[in-house]
Amino acid sequence: MGKEPFERIIEEHAATVLRACRAVVGVIDAEDAWSETFLSALIAYPQLPADANVQGWLVTIAHRKSIDLIRARNRRALPTDELPEGGSITGAISAIEAPGDYNVDLWDAVDRLPPKQRQAVAYHHVGGLPYAEVAELMGVSVAAARRSASDGVASLRRNSQLFDADIPSTRS
Amino acid sequence: MTQNAEHLRGLSSEHLPIDAETLTRLHDRLRREAAAAGLLDLSYRTVESPVGTLLLARTSKGLVRVAFERENHDEVLDTLARKISPRILSSPRDFEDVTQQLDEYFHEKRTSFTVPLDLQLSRGFRLAVLNHLGAIGYGNTESYAEVAFAAGSPRAVRAVGTACATNPLPIVVPCHRVVRSDGSLGAYLGGAKAKQDLLTMEARHQK
Repeated sequence: MGKEPFERIIEEHAATVLRACRAVVGVIDAEDAWSETFLSALIAYPQLPADANVQGWLVTIAHRKSIDLIRARNRRALPTDELPEGGSITGAISAIEAPGDYNVDLWDAVDRLPPKQRQAVAYHHVGGLPYAEVAELMGVSVAAARRSASDGVASLRRNSQLFDADIPSTRS
Repeated sequence: MTQNAEHLRGLSSEHLPIDAETLTRLHDRLRREAAAAGLLDLSYRTVESPVGTLLLARTSKGLVRVAFERENHDEVLDTLARKISPRILSSPRDFEDVTQQLDEYFHEKRTSFTVPLDLQLSRGFRLAVLNHLGAIGYGNTESYAEVAFAAGSPRAVRAVGTACATNPLPIVVPCHRVVRSDGSLGAYLGGAKAKQDLLTMEARHQK
């Protein structure tokens, strides 16, 4: 059994990977993270085992690319005396430059989460990775990954009036 | 909120919407960067024609596949992924020369194709047959036996039939111009009606 055309991988996973990237690096860098993820995936794709979990594989690459981008951004950034009031820089910007159907409120709430919670929510709730794999990516224990995700979701629920539904986990 | 739980797989589209425009822009960027990095082994598009929707695929060498709808385009792409490379992207812009020439052909303003071809999907005798087909001029036909003779194996009449039936580049490599000795049409990848339509169009133009 051969491999599917890469175009089908894009069709199926493009939106999920972009959501995970936006959650982790914010709206400004998300498109760079997405592009680097899929370019890197395209390079490795012929060697991917036929029975691999493609979404998990992509989310893992997206994690590495996102971390690279955050590190590069931190190196570029000039030291400042204080953070903008009430949260992250990306959060403040996304509220202003939000494109058309952009759910400002919830994306904004995601941007305001601490890094570990953003990652845990992005990889587990958005990317569908089981907690064991989320823990491995983040270099923390499974319990810590689970706690970060549940704290993140609790905070989203508190901070976003557009989001009052339960978020069941896809896998535990 | 149990009624939501069913379709709500994590933080999905309802909660964190992504606009289609962004995804289109990202696809375009990926296509450009992949091509620049030499990673785009195959690009494809579909195009409407009088004989139905055609799938076009090309490598860096040239047009490698033209497929009729009845061949099942998804299956054709699966086969290309297996035989050539799974690094396949939709890339309509790579086909401007091909779509223009097809358009001219179907409007009876063109009698042969000059786009570069990649014949890597055909080998041996089948390749010899395809190479000969280009010599059958617009509006003309040859019998399977005549093609067998011209391709250097007069007795391989059935093999000529197979070569035509597996022609990876129908229309552009004109296997529709090969008919039975008794004048009846014979089989065609795009169906008997498509073959008849192409030959009728070419005959009309000849007058």
